Amino acid sequence: MSQADLSIHGQVSRTGATEVMTAPTFSVPAKKMAMWLFIIADTATFAGCLVAYGFIRNSTPNWPRPFHSITNVALMTFILLTSSLTMLIALRSAQKDDKAGAFRWMMITAVLGILFAILHIREWMGMIGEGATLFHNPWGTPLFSSTFFSITGLHLLHVTGGVVALIAVGISYQGGRYGADDLEVTGLYWHFVDLVWMFVVPLIYLMNLSH
Amino acid sequence: MAATETHTGGIGKDVAVYICLLVLAGIQFVIAYQDISASQMFVRMLSVAIIEGGLALLFFMHLSKNRGLMWFVGIFTVAVLIMLQYGWTDSYRLLDGVQWAR
Repeated sequence: MSQADLSIHGQVSRTGATEVMTAPTFSVPAKKMAMWLFIIADTATFAGCLVAYGFIRNSTPNWPRPFHSITNVALMTFILLTSSLTMLIALRSAQKDDKAGAFRWMMITAVLGILFAILHIREWMGMIGEGATLFHNPWGTPLFSSTFFSITGLHLLHVTGGVVALIAVGISYQGGRYGADDLEVTGLYWHFVDLVWMFVVPLIYLMNLSH
Repeated sequence: MAATETHTGGIGKDVAVYICLLVLAGIQFVIAYQDISASQMFVRMLSVAIIEGGLALLFFMHLSKNRGLMWFVGIFTVAVLIMLQYGWTDSYRLLDGVQWAR
Protein backbone atom coordinates (compact mmCIF):
# COMPACT_ATOMS: atom_id res chain seq x y z
CA MET A 1 0.00 0.00 0.00
CA SER A 2 1.46 3.35 -1.00
CA GLN A 3 1.82 6.43 1.19
CA ALA A 4 -1.04 8.08 -0.70
CA ASP A 5 -3.31 5.07 -0.17
CA LEU A 6 -2.60 5.12 3.55
CA SER A 7 -3.46 8.78 3.81
CA ILE A 8 -6.85 8.02 2.22
CA HIS A 9 -7.78 4.74 3.89
CA GLY A 10 -5.74 4.77 7.09
CA GLN A 11 -5.74 6.57 10.37
CA VAL A 12 -2.78 8.86 10.82
CA SER A 13 -1.37 9.65 14.26
CA ARG A 14 1.70 11.68 15.12
CA THR A 15 3.96 10.79 18.02
CA GLY A 16 6.70 13.40 18.31
CA ALA A 17 8.74 13.52 15.14
CA THR A 18 7.71 10.05 14.03
CA GLU A 19 4.64 9.60 11.88
CA VAL A 20 2.86 6.32 12.48
CA MET A 21 0.40 5.16 9.89
CA THR A 22 -2.01 2.31 10.48
CA ALA A 23 -4.08 0.71 7.76
CA PRO A 24 -7.69 -0.01 8.80
CA THR A 25 -8.58 -3.58 9.75
CA PHE A 26 -9.04 -5.74 6.63
CA SER A 27 -8.78 -2.50 4.59
CA VAL A 28 -12.37 -1.78 5.57
CA PRO A 29 -13.42 1.75 6.65
CA ALA A 30 -14.21 2.04 10.37
CA LYS A 31 -17.99 2.49 10.06
CA LYS A 32 -18.29 -0.47 7.70
CA MET A 33 -16.25 -2.58 10.12
CA ALA A 34 -18.51 -1.45 12.97
CA MET A 35 -21.54 -2.59 10.98
CA TRP A 36 -19.92 -5.97 10.33
CA LEU A 37 -19.25 -6.39 14.06
CA PHE A 38 -22.88 -5.48 14.78
CA ILE A 39 -24.03 -8.02 12.17
CA ILE A 40 -21.89 -10.75 13.77
CA ALA A 41 -23.35 -9.93 17.20
CA ASP A 42 -26.89 -9.84 15.81
CA THR A 43 -26.30 -13.16 14.05
CA ALA A 44 -25.54 -14.65 17.47
CA THR A 45 -28.78 -13.12 18.83
CA PHE A 46 -30.97 -14.54 16.07
CA ALA A 47 -29.10 -17.86 16.08
CA GLY A 48 -29.65 -18.09 19.84
CA CYS A 49 -33.39 -17.47 19.37
CA LEU A 50 -33.70 -19.98 16.51
CA VAL A 51 -31.71 -22.67 18.34
CA ALA A 52 -33.83 -22.13 21.47
CA TYR A 53 -36.92 -22.45 19.29
CA GLY A 54 -35.54 -25.69 17.79
CA PHE A 55 -34.80 -27.01 21.28
CA ILE A 56 -38.36 -26.24 22.47
CA ARG A 57 -39.96 -27.61 19.30
CA ASN A 58 -37.92 -30.81 19.47
CA SER A 59 -38.68 -31.43 23.13
CA THR A 60 -42.43 -30.70 22.92
CA PRO A 61 -44.70 -33.54 21.81
CA ASN A 62 -47.60 -32.66 19.47
CA TRP A 63 -46.13 -29.38 18.28
CA PRO A 64 -48.94 -27.50 16.46
CA ARG A 65 -48.84 -26.87 12.72
CA PRO A 66 -51.35 -24.05 12.36
CA PHE A 67 -50.37 -22.54 8.98
CA HIS A 68 -52.70 -23.50 6.13
CA SER A 69 -51.51 -21.15 3.41
CA ILE A 70 -48.09 -20.01 2.24
CA THR A 71 -49.38 -17.16 0.08
CA ASN A 72 -48.74 -14.40 2.60
CA VAL A 73 -45.29 -15.60 3.66
CA ALA A 74 -44.32 -16.19 -0.01
CA LEU A 75 -45.34 -12.63 -0.84
CA MET A 76 -43.42 -11.29 2.15
CA THR A 77 -40.31 -13.24 1.07
CA PHE A 78 -40.60 -11.93 -2.49
CA ILE A 79 -40.95 -8.34 -1.23
CA LEU A 80 -37.94 -8.59 1.10
CA LEU A 81 -35.71 -10.21 -1.54
CA THR A 82 -36.75 -7.56 -4.08
CA SER A 83 -35.94 -4.84 -1.56
CA SER A 84 -32.38 -6.19 -1.34
CA LEU A 85 -32.06 -5.82 -5.11
CA THR A 86 -33.40 -2.26 -5.07
CA MET A 87 -30.92 -1.45 -2.28
CA LEU A 88 -28.07 -2.72 -4.50
CA ILE A 89 -29.34 -0.56 -7.38
CA ALA A 90 -29.37 2.44 -4.99
CA LEU A 91 -25.76 1.75 -4.01
CA ARG A 92 -24.61 1.40 -7.62
CA SER A 93 -26.37 4.68 -8.49
CA ALA A 94 -24.62 6.38 -5.56
CA GLN A 95 -21.24 5.04 -6.69
CA LYS A 96 -21.90 6.60 -10.10
CA ASP A 97 -22.73 9.92 -8.37
CA ASP A 98 -26.35 9.63 -9.50
CA LYS A 99 -27.82 11.26 -6.40
CA ALA A 100 -31.41 11.40 -7.61
CA GLY A 101 -31.34 7.76 -8.71
CA ALA A 102 -29.76 6.57 -5.45
CA PHE A 103 -32.32 8.47 -3.38
CA ARG A 104 -35.21 7.17 -5.48
CA TRP A 105 -34.10 3.53 -5.17
CA MET A 106 -33.51 3.91 -1.44
CA MET A 107 -37.03 5.21 -0.98
CA ILE A 108 -38.37 2.32 -3.09
CA THR A 109 -36.47 -0.03 -0.74
CA ALA A 110 -38.04 1.72 2.27
CA VAL A 111 -41.53 1.43 0.75
CA LEU A 112 -40.96 -2.31 0.19
CA GLY A 113 -39.87 -2.58 3.83
CA ILE A 114 -43.06 -0.80 4.94
CA LEU A 115 -45.12 -3.14 2.73
CA PHE A 116 -43.40 -6.13 4.33
CA ALA A 117 -44.15 -4.78 7.82
CA ILE A 118 -47.83 -4.17 6.92
CA LEU A 119 -48.20 -7.75 5.63
CA HIS A 120 -46.47 -9.04 8.75
CA ILE A 121 -48.76 -7.09 11.08
CA ARG A 122 -51.80 -8.21 9.07
CA GLU A 123 -50.72 -11.82 9.58
CA TRP A 124 -50.20 -11.20 13.31
CA MET A 125 -53.67 -9.67 13.60
CA GLY A 126 -55.15 -12.72 11.90
CA MET A 127 -53.42 -15.03 14.39
CA ILE A 128 -54.36 -12.85 17.35
CA GLY A 129 -57.95 -12.89 16.03
CA GLU A 130 -57.88 -16.70 16.22
CA GLY A 131 -56.86 -16.49 19.88
CA ALA A 132 -53.07 -16.76 19.67
CA THR A 133 -51.18 -14.45 22.01
CA LEU A 134 -47.72 -14.44 23.56
CA PHE A 135 -48.98 -16.65 26.42
CA HIS A 136 -51.89 -18.50 24.83
CA ASN A 137 -52.19 -20.77 21.84
CA PRO A 138 -55.55 -22.20 20.73
CA TRP A 139 -53.86 -25.05 18.82
CA GLY A 140 -51.97 -26.60 21.73
CA THR A 141 -48.83 -25.72 23.64
CA PRO A 142 -48.51 -21.97 24.40
CA LEU A 143 -44.79 -22.32 23.64
CA PHE A 144 -45.65 -22.17 19.94
CA SER A 145 -47.15 -18.67 20.19
CA SER A 146 -44.38 -17.49 22.51
CA THR A 147 -41.61 -18.51 20.12
CA PHE A 148 -43.52 -17.41 17.01
CA PHE A 149 -44.28 -13.90 18.24
CA SER A 150 -40.85 -13.47 19.87
CA ILE A 151 -38.78 -14.43 16.81
CA THR A 152 -40.95 -12.82 14.13
CA GLY A 153 -41.34 -9.79 16.43
CA LEU A 154 -37.57 -9.44 16.77
CA HIS A 155 -37.26 -9.62 12.99
CA LEU A 156 -40.08 -7.10 12.48
CA LEU A 157 -38.29 -4.77 14.91
CA HIS A 158 -35.18 -5.03 12.75
CA VAL A 159 -37.19 -4.32 9.59
CA THR A 160 -38.79 -1.27 11.23
CA GLY A 161 -35.38 -0.01 12.36
CA GLY A 162 -34.05 -0.63 8.86
CA VAL A 163 -36.86 1.38 7.25
CA VAL A 164 -36.18 4.32 9.59
CA ALA A 165 -32.44 4.07 8.80
CA LEU A 166 -33.11 3.91 5.04
CA ILE A 167 -35.28 7.02 5.12
CA ALA A 168 -32.92 8.95 7.43
CA VAL A 169 -29.76 8.05 5.50
CA GLY A 170 -31.52 8.61 2.16
CA ILE A 171 -32.62 12.11 3.14
CA SER A 172 -29.17 12.95 4.55
CA TYR A 173 -27.52 11.62 1.37
CA GLN A 174 -29.84 13.76 -0.74
CA GLY A 175 -28.91 16.75 1.42
CA GLY A 176 -25.20 16.09 0.90
CA ARG A 177 -24.42 15.16 4.51
CA TYR A 178 -23.83 11.47 3.78
CA GLY A 179 -21.96 9.75 0.97
CA ALA A 180 -22.08 6.51 -0.97
CA ASP A 181 -20.15 4.71 1.78
CA ASP A 182 -22.97 5.50 4.24
CA LEU A 183 -25.46 4.00 1.81
CA GLU A 184 -23.28 0.90 1.62
CA VAL A 185 -23.24 0.53 5.42
CA THR A 186 -27.05 0.92 5.57
CA GLY A 187 -27.33 -1.58 2.73
CA LEU A 188 -25.27 -4.12 4.69
CA TYR A 189 -27.79 -3.93 7.51
CA TRP A 190 -30.72 -4.26 5.12
CA HIS A 191 -29.23 -7.34 3.42
CA PHE A 192 -28.65 -8.86 6.85
CA VAL A 193 -32.35 -8.42 7.71
CA ASP A 194 -33.12 -10.21 4.43
CA LEU A 195 -30.62 -12.97 5.27
CA VAL A 196 -32.23 -13.62 8.66
CA TRP A 197 -35.64 -13.95 6.99
CA MET A 198 -34.23 -16.76 4.82
CA PHE A 199 -33.83 -18.81 8.03
CA VAL A 200 -36.98 -17.62 9.80
CA VAL A 201 -39.29 -18.64 6.93
CA PRO A 202 -38.38 -22.36 6.75
CA LEU A 203 -37.97 -22.88 10.49
CA ILE A 204 -40.92 -20.89 11.81
CA TYR A 205 -43.42 -20.99 8.95
CA LEU A 206 -42.76 -23.85 6.53
CA MET A 207 -41.91 -26.44 9.20
CA ASN A 208 -45.27 -25.63 10.82
CA LEU A 209 -47.37 -25.93 7.69
CA SER A 210 -50.39 -28.20 8.10
CA HIS A 211 -50.67 -30.90 5.44
CA MET B 1 -15.10 11.03 3.78
CA ALA B 2 -13.74 7.52 3.62
CA ALA B 3 -13.14 6.11 0.18
CA THR B 4 -15.90 3.82 -1.06
CA GLU B 5 -15.09 0.44 -2.55
CA THR B 6 -16.48 0.24 -6.04
CA HIS B 7 -18.11 -3.11 -6.61
CA THR B 8 -17.59 -4.42 -10.08
CA GLY B 9 -19.77 -6.91 -11.90
CA GLY B 10 -22.67 -4.61 -12.73
CA ILE B 11 -26.35 -4.88 -12.07
CA GLY B 12 -26.54 -8.02 -14.24
CA LYS B 13 -24.75 -10.07 -11.60
CA ASP B 14 -26.98 -8.67 -8.85
CA VAL B 15 -30.09 -9.61 -10.81
CA ALA B 16 -28.69 -13.12 -11.46
CA VAL B 17 -28.06 -13.63 -7.72
CA TYR B 18 -31.54 -12.23 -6.96
CA ILE B 19 -33.13 -14.74 -9.35
CA CYS B 20 -31.08 -17.56 -7.77
CA LEU B 21 -32.35 -16.52 -4.34
CA LEU B 22 -35.95 -16.46 -5.58
CA VAL B 23 -35.53 -19.96 -7.05
CA LEU B 24 -33.96 -21.26 -3.82
CA ALA B 25 -36.78 -19.71 -1.77
CA GLY B 26 -39.21 -21.43 -4.13
CA ILE B 27 -37.44 -24.76 -3.52
CA GLN B 28 -37.98 -24.28 0.22
CA PHE B 29 -41.71 -23.84 -0.38
CA VAL B 30 -41.76 -27.01 -2.50
CA ILE B 31 -39.94 -28.94 0.26
CA ALA B 32 -42.62 -27.78 2.72
CA TYR B 33 -45.21 -29.79 0.77
CA GLN B 34 -43.11 -32.96 0.48
CA ASP B 35 -44.33 -36.00 2.38
CA ILE B 36 -41.16 -36.52 4.48
CA SER B 37 -40.31 -36.66 8.16
CA ALA B 38 -39.76 -33.45 10.15
CA SER B 39 -36.03 -34.17 10.55
CA GLN B 40 -35.56 -34.73 6.80
CA MET B 41 -37.50 -31.56 6.08
CA PHE B 42 -35.39 -29.65 8.60
CA VAL B 43 -32.11 -30.81 7.00
CA ARG B 44 -33.27 -30.02 3.45
CA MET B 45 -34.67 -26.60 4.34
CA LEU B 46 -31.66 -25.64 6.41
CA SER B 47 -29.31 -26.70 3.58
CA VAL B 48 -31.16 -24.48 1.11
CA ALA B 49 -31.22 -21.62 3.65
CA ILE B 50 -27.44 -21.90 4.15
CA ILE B 51 -26.88 -21.69 0.37
CA GLU B 52 -29.20 -18.67 0.23
CA GLY B 53 -27.39 -17.03 3.14
CA GLY B 54 -24.01 -17.72 1.52
CA LEU B 55 -25.10 -16.10 -1.76
CA ALA B 56 -26.45 -13.05 0.08
CA LEU B 57 -23.25 -12.72 2.12
CA LEU B 58 -20.87 -13.18 -0.81
CA PHE B 59 -22.62 -11.12 -3.47
CA PHE B 60 -25.22 -8.82 -1.88
CA MET B 61 -22.98 -7.94 1.06
CA HIS B 62 -19.84 -8.08 -1.13
CA LEU B 63 -17.93 -10.34 1.22
CA SER B 64 -16.36 -12.15 -1.77
CA LYS B 65 -14.40 -8.94 -2.50
CA ASN B 66 -12.55 -9.01 0.82
CA ARG B 67 -10.96 -12.35 1.70
CA GLY B 68 -9.64 -11.22 5.09
CA LEU B 69 -13.02 -9.95 6.24
CA MET B 70 -14.70 -13.05 4.81
CA TRP B 71 -12.54 -15.36 6.93
CA PHE B 72 -12.98 -13.16 10.00
CA VAL B 73 -16.78 -13.08 9.71
CA GLY B 74 -16.95 -16.75 8.67
CA ILE B 75 -14.80 -18.24 11.43
CA PHE B 76 -16.29 -16.05 14.16
CA THR B 77 -19.90 -16.71 13.15
CA VAL B 78 -19.47 -20.45 12.57
CA ALA B 79 -17.72 -20.81 15.96
CA VAL B 80 -20.65 -19.11 17.70
CA LEU B 81 -23.19 -21.20 15.77
CA ILE B 82 -21.39 -24.44 16.67
CA MET B 83 -21.23 -23.48 20.34
CA LEU B 84 -25.00 -22.88 20.34
CA GLN B 85 -25.64 -26.52 19.44
CA TYR B 86 -24.58 -27.99 22.77
CA GLY B 87 -28.14 -28.30 24.08
CA TRP B 88 -29.66 -30.52 21.41
CA THR B 89 -29.08 -33.79 23.22
CA ASP B 90 -30.88 -32.33 26.21
CA SER B 91 -33.98 -31.62 24.12
CA TYR B 92 -34.17 -35.35 23.22
CA ARG B 93 -33.74 -36.22 26.91
CA LEU B 94 -36.69 -33.95 27.77
CA LEU B 95 -38.79 -35.56 25.05
CA ASP B 96 -38.32 -39.22 25.94
CA GLY B 97 -35.68 -39.40 28.62
CA VAL B 98 -35.70 -39.36 32.40
CA GLN B 99 -38.91 -39.99 34.29
CA TRP B 100 -39.21 -36.60 35.97
CA ALA B 101 -39.02 -34.84 32.63
CA ARG B 102 -41.98 -36.71 31.13
